[in-house]
Amino acid sequence: MKEEVRLMKGNEAIAHAAIRYGCDGYFGYPITPQSEVLETLEELMPWETTGMVVLQAESEVAAINMVYGGAASGKAVMTSSSSPGVSLKQEGISYIAAASLPALILNVMRGGPGLGTIQPSQADYFQATKGGGHGDYHLIVLAPSTVQEMVDFVGLGFDLAFKYTNPAMILADGIVGQMMEKVVLPAQRPRRTEEEIRKQCPWAADGRKDGRKRNVVTSLELESARMEVINHQLQARYREIEKNETRWEEIDVEDADYLIVAFGSIARICTKAKELAAEKGIKVGIVRPITLWPFPTEAIARAAKGKKGILCVELNAGQMIEDVRLAVHDSLPVEHFGRLGGIIPSPDEVVKALEEKIVK
Amino acid sequence: MKEEIIIAGFGGQGVLSMGKILAYSGLMDDKEVTWMPSYGPEQRGGTANVTVILSDEKISSPVLDSFDNVIALNQQSLDKFAPKVKPGGILIYDTNGIHNHPKRDDITIYPIDAMEATLEIGNSKAYNMVVMGALLEAMNYKLPMENVIKGLKKSLPERHHKLIPLNEQAIEKGRTLLKK
Repeated sequence: MKEEVRLMKGNEAIAHAAIRYGCDGYFGYPITPQSEVLETLEELMPWETTGMVVLQAESEVAAINMVYGGAASGKAVMTSSSSPGVSLKQEGISYIAAASLPALILNVMRGGPGLGTIQPSQADYFQATKGGGHGDYHLIVLAPSTVQEMVDFVGLGFDLAFKYTNPAMILADGIVGQMMEKVVLPAQRPRRTEEEIRKQCPWAADGRKDGRKRNVVTSLELESARMEVINHQLQARYREIEKNETRWEEIDVEDADYLIVAFGSIARICTKAKELAAEKGIKVGIVRPITLWPFPTEAIARAAKGKKGILCVELNAGQMIEDVRLAVHDSLPVEHFGRLGGIIPSPDEVVKALEEKIVK
Repeated sequence: MKEEIIIAGFGGQGVLSMGKILAYSGLMDDKEVTWMPSYGPEQRGGTANVTVILSDEKISSPVLDSFDNVIALNQQSLDKFAPKVKPGGILIYDTNGIHNHPKRDDITIYPIDAMEATLEIGNSKAYNMVVMGALLEAMNYKLPMENVIKGLKKSLPERHHKLIPLNEQAIEKGRTLLKK
């Protein structure tokens, strides 16, 4: 398949991207607002073209454990769900992280807590960036703001996951999952051959065909002293990821008096709000974290220098704001604005919040 | 060029698919496009609306407060979105079942009887294309018909391509509603 320009929903784009980036297997269980991922894959039937496996598991828990198994054999595997389903997957995610395996997990967030609503939300920021499951681990968390980024981050997510043998998560919201936009689909990347997988993943439990030593993939280590070593190895890797892979976007930060920090599709609503604020003579710059972990701490600290205040706009009750406050050590006012439970704020509401909470 | 459009009506009226065809037509005309549904659990009977933006430049927010063009296909949608037409903007609404007509003199208002026009064509499923015809005629941005046809081809599954002439006829019918 060649490069192709299409109009599609973020969820559909994920399915196309998975096939085109040479994904070996998708294991999922339907839940709104991301059911189109599995539906589109079933419709495209990649098992007849690239040989990619697509399987609707009996539950979210089964799906994430299938990902664990696939990843342990060196395959490029993924799953997707929405908030309540991602909660169910957390045990498996912790195991995959502890076993140092590459995998890709998509969360198209909906309003919570509990079963909540089916409308957009960003209330799983803490879950995605601070653990979610048990133990000291991190996922590489990518936050797409456009349908194009949904596509691109499937490729980036797999690349980073394999580079660091660490699971990556695409943390999207219902807006970017459900909206349609122009998207450039990449040319088909062939799935890796058995030999290529063996070369790239010498740790893989792939059948010991060449008489090599047995590979054991596990997250269990009963001896504390060795478990501490494993933890230190994980932490060293996390520092490496922080150093190399922090990503963000800045919009007109230099000339601004105030900053908005927002991620995902909400950053786009804030870009419109920034234009409306400019008409009122309020100069606002935007920092959009692209990796939520590692968080662009230094970039935000740098952007905040000389500014009069920061508004964190998130579709939650105030989660990323904690990381923003840590970044600037409360050296300037940092306030939060968000809508909850699946309500999307309009650009006007963001301007009003900016005026009431920051500009005053 | 930038057109910010909202299409609102009952679920089942073809609101979302009209938005999709409009967005695809814009894409065929080399525009940046977004299609943002207000989605709920309802498939039919509830209210449905979709925001479509067509622009020469990269589109920031897919969610908007006010619109250049509003298409309202029931009273509820008309009440909600008539106040959200930008001054100088365009409001198109289907007069069927409307008892409270909009009263604004800073916008251009086109009341249309799209249902009657659709019945004249003889296929009630073409209703949304009649409405789209009215929009294409009213909008400042003149989307070339050849790209609308391309948009239709891209939006409809191949097995429905035989219906493209009917859709084209419905669009042309819709255009005439403004000329009355």
